[in-house]
Amino acid sequence: MIANQEQTGTTTRVGTDPVVASLESVNKNYGPVHALQGVNFRVRAGELIALLGPNGAGKTTAVKLLLGLLQPNSGKVRVFGGDPTHPENRIRTGAMLQVSRVPETLRVREHIDLFSSYYQKPLPAGEVLAAAGLEKLSDRKFGELSGGQRQRVLFALAICGDPDLLFLDEPTVGLDVEARRMLWDQIRHLVGRGKTVLLTTHYLQEADALADRVAVIDKGEIIAEGTPADIKAQTAGKRIRCITSLAVHTLRQIPGVTDVKEDREAVELHVAEAEPVLRQLLALDANLAGLEVTAAGLEEAFLALTQDNSKNGNQSN
Amino acid sequence: MSTATMTLAAAQIQRSPAHIATIYLKEAKYEFLKYLRLRVYTLSVLSFPIMFYILFGLVLNSNAAIGATRVPTYLIATYGTFGVMGASLFGTAAGLASDRGLGWLEVKRASPMPPFAYFAAKVITSLVFSTIIVLALFALGIALGGVRMPLASFAKLLATLMAGSLPFSAMGLAVGYFTGPNSAPPTINLIYLPMSFCSGLWVPFMFLPHVVQKIALVLPPYHLSQLALGVVGAGTNEPALRHWEVLAAFTMICLGVARIGFQRDQEKMYG
Repeated sequence: MIANQEQTGTTTRVGTDPVVASLESVNKNYGPVHALQGVNFRVRAGELIALLGPNGAGKTTAVKLLLGLLQPNSGKVRVFGGDPTHPENRIRTGAMLQVSRVPETLRVREHIDLFSSYYQKPLPAGEVLAAAGLEKLSDRKFGELSGGQRQRVLFALAICGDPDLLFLDEPTVGLDVEARRMLWDQIRHLVGRGKTVLLTTHYLQEADALADRVAVIDKGEIIAEGTPADIKAQTAGKRIRCITSLAVHTLRQIPGVTDVKEDREAVELHVAEAEPVLRQLLALDANLAGLEVTAAGLEEAFLALTQDNSKNGNQSN
Repeated sequence: MSTATMTLAAAQIQRSPAHIATIYLKEAKYEFLKYLRLRVYTLSVLSFPIMFYILFGLVLNSNAAIGATRVPTYLIATYGTFGVMGASLFGTAAGLASDRGLGWLEVKRASPMPPFAYFAAKVITSLVFSTIIVLALFALGIALGGVRMPLASFAKLLATLMAGSLPFSAMGLAVGYFTGPNSAPPTINLIYLPMSFCSGLWVPFMFLPHVVQKIALVLPPYHLSQLALGVVGAGTNEPALRHWEVLAAFTMICLGVARIGFQRDQEKMYG
């Protein structure tokens, strides 16, 4: 995707910028449940990092630790080199959390007015409304808004103080395609202005489209980290699609094939490297047709990573 | 990209007194507006004491007297206590329980809001609604019930009832920390209605059964209503200081309980 090509130029920068927020060997339990285990995670100045994982993976816990809303059972949480609960740090941080209920009888502009008052140099209300696409809704009461509009108000509250560091927990949940694109543009715009953004998502496409760096989290552990391209390269390999008379079990026996799926008239092979498998395939089936070779997407990488993780988990039990 | 602007040194957060005042004012203003527009709150909290007063003080018994005090005057003190108690309990407990349970308080806590501003706004809002209720009772009593008192007595009654809002705001905070969004309103009703009855806010104290009169001695609304009745010359003969002491002790206990809840929440994950 276009966004990825832009990112390749920034990869080297990402490694050297100062760390603005970090989890160091963090463990967090809720009673017997291990929400995070030995998590090391760094957010560097000016980057947009996505914490990607399925529901219940520990994404929200990580964000709440970084916001100082939760304390770790062990390990260190640092924001701007200090304690996340310090007012000096809070004033440089904005957060969009998942909320079940926001006071419904206050108007959009009233919510923004109140949150803006907490900051030293808030953005002008008009700018905040425009950035969140709420100009026409500023006099509406929160309770009269649709789900997507409510998300936009929460986004407005996160950015109204013009913070250096933004935590966005599942910011596009419940948004339609158009609203999601708009929010993506806004997030890119913020990073363009030098802001640092951590967003959590279970939309792979979102991480792929937005992030300089992706950390994949599953069952409370970071299982992979890198640029979206790195993540894909790390595990995904290639996907070969073709129409063949070869039986599925024959295909599975070809060295380098990790998975075979039947897809309508064709089969889809997941392979580490395409070329050796292709030689074998063509040798075995002279009538092979409809050949396509593609790089596997982040989605395959993600599935492969999380499946590996659960296999490991089962073995250790 | 302008990463140079991103320094690691913590920015000094030096809010001017004017800025802090603005935050507290806005927090209180929007808390007040939030409740003013919430029909459930205004209907139950504002209209009940006023309706009761109109019915029992103006329509039914306006020419009767309790001891040396005319009923319309007497009932300003007791329904005033009732109204202040309801406004303060519901204003703090229901909002706090809902904010805590449904994630909004986390958004506030993650922001640079001074934490005390949140609580102050709730207490101030309860005070304002308490004042509105008492002034409405005054207006009705004067206009329709022939209530006549020196201006100083009106002022003293208002001040007493406003101060009486604080113990119930404290109690509301305690309840709000130990109930959920759904259980807070019924819990408050369970406390508020029996306490009102036993303290003589509905039926004048001397007409209550003897057992109930004994129970009333440990109930804060009894002590507030006696202070209010004292202003209109209808109190029992206990010294006012004792009532204030009980209310102050009750406030401290409730704040202590609320503090335990506050600290427990710092470590807890919400839904």
